[in-house]
Amino acid sequence: MDLSFLVIQALNGLSSASSLFIAACGLTLVFGVTRIVNFAHGSLYMIGAYTAATLVPNLLEWSYGPVPFWLGILISALIVGLLGVVMEVLLLRRIYGAPELFQLLATFGVVLVVQDLVVQIFGPQDILGPRAPGLRAPVEILGRRFPSYELVLIAAGPLVLGFVWFILKRTRFGVLVRAATQDREMVAALGVNQALLFTGTLFLGAFLAGLGGALQVPRVAANNGMDLSIIAECFVVTVVGGMGSVPGAFLAALIIGQLQAFGILLFPKITLVVVFLLMAITLAIRPNGLFGRPEHFSGAHAIGIASHAPGRFNAIAVSALLVVLAALPLVADEYFLKVATEILILALFAFSLQLLIGVGGLVSFGHAAFFGLGAYGAALGVKWLGASMEGALPLAPLLAALGAMAVGALVVRLSGIYLAMMTLAAAQILYAVAFQWVEVTGGDNGLVGIWPSTWAAPRSVYYLVTLALTAGTMLLLKRIIDAPFGYALRAMRDSQARAEAIGLEPRTHRWLAFTLAGAAAGLAGGLYAFSRGSVDPTLLGIPTSVDALTMLLLGGIQTITGPIAGAAVLHTLRDQIMPLTAFWRLFLGLSIIGMVLIFPRGLIGTLRYWRQA
Amino acid sequence: MAPMFRWLSLGLALALGVPAAQAQQAPIKIGEMNSYSKWAAFTVPYRNGWQLALDEINAKGGVLGRKLEIVSREDGATTGDATRVAEELVSREGVSFLFGSFLSNVGVAMADFANQKKIVYIAAEPLTDAITMAQGNRYTFRIRPNNYMQVGMLVEKAKASGAKRWAIVAPNYEYGQSAAEVFKRLIKERVPGAEIVAEQYPALGKIEAGATVSAIEQAKPDGIFNVLFGPDLTQFVREGNTRGLFEKKTILSLLTGEPEWLLPLKDEVPEGWTVTGYPWDEIAEPKHKAFVAAYRAKYNDTPRLGSLLGYMVVHMIRDTIERAGSVDTDALIKALENAKFDTIVGPVTMRGIDHQASMGAWTGKLVLKGAAGGMIDWTYNDGTPFMPSETEVKAVRKE
Amino acid sequence: MTLLSVESIDKSFGGVAAARDVGFSVERGEMVALIGPNGAGKSTVFNMIGGQLKPDRGRILLDDADITTASPQERFRRGVGRTFQVAQTFLSMSGIENVQMALISGHHQSRRLWQPARTLYREEAFALLECVGMVEAADRPCSTLAYGDVKRLELAIALAGEPKLLLMDEPTAGMALRERAALMDLVSTIAQDAKIGVLFTEHDMDVVFGHADRVLVLLRGRIIAAGSPEDVRNDPQVRQAYLGDSHALTRSV
Ligand SMILES: Nc1ncnc2c1ncn2[C@@H]1O[C@H](COP(=O)(O)OP(=O)(O)OP(=O)(O)O)[C@@H](O)[C@H]1O
Ligand SMILES: [Mg+2]
Repeated sequence: MDLSFLVIQALNGLSSASSLFIAACGLTLVFGVTRIVNFAHGSLYMIGAYTAATLVPNLLEWSYGPVPFWLGILISALIVGLLGVVMEVLLLRRIYGAPELFQLLATFGVVLVVQDLVVQIFGPQDILGPRAPGLRAPVEILGRRFPSYELVLIAAGPLVLGFVWFILKRTRFGVLVRAATQDREMVAALGVNQALLFTGTLFLGAFLAGLGGALQVPRVAANNGMDLSIIAECFVVTVVGGMGSVPGAFLAALIIGQLQAFGILLFPKITLVVVFLLMAITLAIRPNGLFGRPEHFSGAHAIGIASHAPGRFNAIAVSALLVVLAALPLVADEYFLKVATEILILALFAFSLQLLIGVGGLVSFGHAAFFGLGAYGAALGVKWLGASMEGALPLAPLLAALGAMAVGALVVRLSGIYLAMMTLAAAQILYAVAFQWVEVTGGDNGLVGIWPSTWAAPRSVYYLVTLALTAGTMLLLKRIIDAPFGYALRAMRDSQARAEAIGLEPRTHRWLAFTLAGAAAGLAGGLYAFSRGSVDPTLLGIPTSVDALTMLLLGGIQTITGPIAGAAVLHTLRDQIMPLTAFWRLFLGLSIIGMVLIFPRGLIGTLRYWRQA
Repeated sequence: MAPMFRWLSLGLALALGVPAAQAQQAPIKIGEMNSYSKWAAFTVPYRNGWQLALDEINAKGGVLGRKLEIVSREDGATTGDATRVAEELVSREGVSFLFGSFLSNVGVAMADFANQKKIVYIAAEPLTDAITMAQGNRYTFRIRPNNYMQVGMLVEKAKASGAKRWAIVAPNYEYGQSAAEVFKRLIKERVPGAEIVAEQYPALGKIEAGATVSAIEQAKPDGIFNVLFGPDLTQFVREGNTRGLFEKKTILSLLTGEPEWLLPLKDEVPEGWTVTGYPWDEIAEPKHKAFVAAYRAKYNDTPRLGSLLGYMVVHMIRDTIERAGSVDTDALIKALENAKFDTIVGPVTMRGIDHQASMGAWTGKLVLKGAAGGMIDWTYNDGTPFMPSETEVKAVRKE
Repeated sequence: MTLLSVESIDKSFGGVAAARDVGFSVERGEMVALIGPNGAGKSTVFNMIGGQLKPDRGRILLDDADITTASPQERFRRGVGRTFQVAQTFLSMSGIENVQMALISGHHQSRRLWQPARTLYREEAFALLECVGMVEAADRPCSTLAYGDVKRLELAIALAGEPKLLLMDEPTAGMALRERAALMDLVSTIAQDAKIGVLFTEHDMDVVFGHADRVLVLLRGRIIAAGSPEDVRNDPQVRQAYLGDSHALTRSV
């Protein structure tokens, strides 16, 4: 490899680093001040790209030249900035005090809404924007051609860093932003107009996201997959850099840019996973990222299951429900039973997450990892060991538990948003493995032919098998939640300091909790694989994790039965509404936002609240 | 709810003594599902295509004296949703068989579902070889020329170009990987002295285009085989054009000539690339011209390859039902296997051993026509000679 | 054998030296008060003894064993119990469950998966609640208790570990005057009976001079005076330190 090639490759890395930094820097700013991890940041970026790809050609038609071009980029970014303000006023403002889980979900709801709206407004087809006037021709560097626009991008990163630095250090607004980043209570105490500060920050953050998107227009066609693909990388940049640290984000983007540029020379398939590996390794070594400071999580953030006097009624109600469910095959048709089977499976999936979130206060954003591992465990058992359903199904909780032990060992040192991000990274890495390891996992086509044994093949029998296993596991988990182990998890969630002072070991307990929750989710995954006959990597993807969280939220995070109700409601809605509309994501997104704003207690929680009030 | 409803209607039917003759007039229900929300740019033209065919058929009185009814559903673009929706179509709607889906993994899952439920499934769009090869089964059929066939057509072009040092760039997922595998295999078999000098597999939708272009350039290939598409392709083309990667090289590119992919490229089409695609505006066959005219009249839009596939598949379905004389699964399979269809792109045979139709693809060179790209010097390659050999099929199919 | 001996420990946060060369000891059955104005470093010293913070320098010995770098859990097992300045209890549990939790942990039962927790050590927990006068609060959710009650509950939790050394950071904050004296009387009795050494901080000088056997005065991280309540009260440096509020020292006379 000659020098000129290495130089060019480094420049390539720098230009993507710059692009990534501009996209991510707003996210970290917004987090620093508002403590909200804005999932919709990628959506703002995408809107910036679409706006510029539509607006700039019109401006260029009117008068061709660099001025209209850059003007168009700027206007697009400003428009997105204003959208950020709208988002702050309508949504974020109402959830600043809410637990992280609700914040993440609400902003993910925005992601879903924007996805459908963008298709409606800009059309489903990718939109290729114009190249930058005056920068079409390449420049010659060491005898190789390099696009001049990329040089502009390389300069743009440090420029934006300088601009943000100027705002932070030289303006009153910046002083407040820095103060808020360091100590939110203090700013509140100073009597600063918080609403204005937060709105301003959102404007700046969204402006930068929009700018990041708009600047990509000469390289990339605006397309409706941009949001999720950039947000994942933005998360990595902010987490690796240390949440809230702008220079940290810059450094992280530089590292990622160079890793990508040179990584593909050694491992041509590395782009899929390299960023998440970097994040996992960074967090394993530095639990608060490169430049992050430890977050103080006060008890106010921890919400979840509380003690309740054991009702005499409960045992009777549970038995009655089980009898009704067991009698279902007598009246229901095949399809009804299939949906019911899936609801039971999803209920167990959500229930296992409740052990982590509702009981342990551990906001796992990658619970799909264990569900997917379970599904793959069962499928691999069938495919590679030639096992029957009876033989393969136990592999599901086993593989998932092993995975959960590994993931748990990495995440128990972390807390709050870092923990959520680490679980997300773990799930994404597993996703990449399932995707990539084609010989074993079948790649993205997955594995098919994972059907139940003949005796269990009839829908009604499989339904009963599922009922027995899921209900049994949920009762077991309920028992564990009420046992000293569950109480200890709750104790650590309520007050880590008190828990340690009475000799509880949070890391061991949490690690065990991950293992148990992982095994239960894995069983759900295994049952799911057999219920539909196939597995594929989407089972490990972000949408699957979000599904579990949505069910939890829907049912109510403070109740043990919440996840079950949540699974039933969400899956019924999905079954009834999704096949008939092209606006399922819009509907789901709005529902999630509505739930967070109006019924943060969830369905069951609200019912109980009304009953007690 | 539904079972109760069904009992009620059954009761009603008994009570009123619905005559058998009238029941026969009921439409033939076919289930259809696709990713209309997530992949609208591809699937909506496809839906337009089958809708057009359906209207034509029903205007002529349907088939077997009954109207055709297509019950269409969103498949959520995931295998889990797709198979559940399929089950609903089968057990609630009572459709006679299924067609549709866009993504390969959904297609594979649907094929397996069809096998399990013993119901016919016709994949129109998915490309993965698995559907007719390793995961193929008695109940699954495919119309579109698969990966293997289309790559084979391009390898013929590679032979003619004389290029020996090949670089491959393909998205890192099953479709890209298997296209790359096939290319590697076929180029070595069919072009003596050919070697692969570079391979790049960027993640789908996440290409680092500059770095990828440089990495390929560094290997000094004289030919590039490209499987990228969509936003990755746009980025790759722009970077490659600026950096002169494509100059004096033979570039083979899968699917890039299809209007779905050409339209978003606008005037950036990489002229001179040899591609598989669909030169819809230049095909002179009167029947095809009529299709284009009808499509434009109805939708005020130009057809995509998906439109053609949607249109063809429904007409082939019509023929099949007519020949089978019923919608009984076994009769349908019998009517499909080794059946010859007279389609608007010419004769197509549904091969019996793997259920892959012999529909071909157009190969040609990309050229800029006004504001958008098109194809010149194109030929239609019938699929038959490019299909995997019978021994290959027998080796991987599990039946 | 000295129960607790603290040997010239230092702690600074960035530029702020919160504790400088702090050294003292606590004997069994002894009540020692650590006083000083706001920000003097009292809680910092408590946190170093409790294990929540690690000293930058110096040693901490419990029964002659070095616990300077031990975790809070290990110190708990060795007999350190504590309350926090901002009471730390388990808000999602009832009063008695809070105490049961401490008993469960103390008996190494916290990993049991089957037996319902609410049935374990209920009597012992009840007795402890009785001891701090919190019986009525046994089955009330902790989140509904008044702050003074939470502080007493926290004492019961700390006692559940049968400590040799009890650290109490402002135990009576948020309580009515009469309650304060009653609580500290109770602590004195317990300390006497069980031979527990108690280190506590207090802003209420009545409480300090009424209950402490010895008093330590901390100012800007340094111990500026130590001795019997009488000596300390008359120490000119201490008077100086409490200048703004010198009658605080005399009120109880
Ligand atoms: N975690 C921390 N980070 C930075 N500074 C700290 C930290 N904890 C305490 N300090 C500082 O150390 C000094 C001593 O604080 P400490 O809480 O020990 O005082 P105190 O005597 O307990 O005060 P009070 O009577 O108000 O409780 C103060 O200046 C405080 O600001
Ligand atoms: Mg203090």
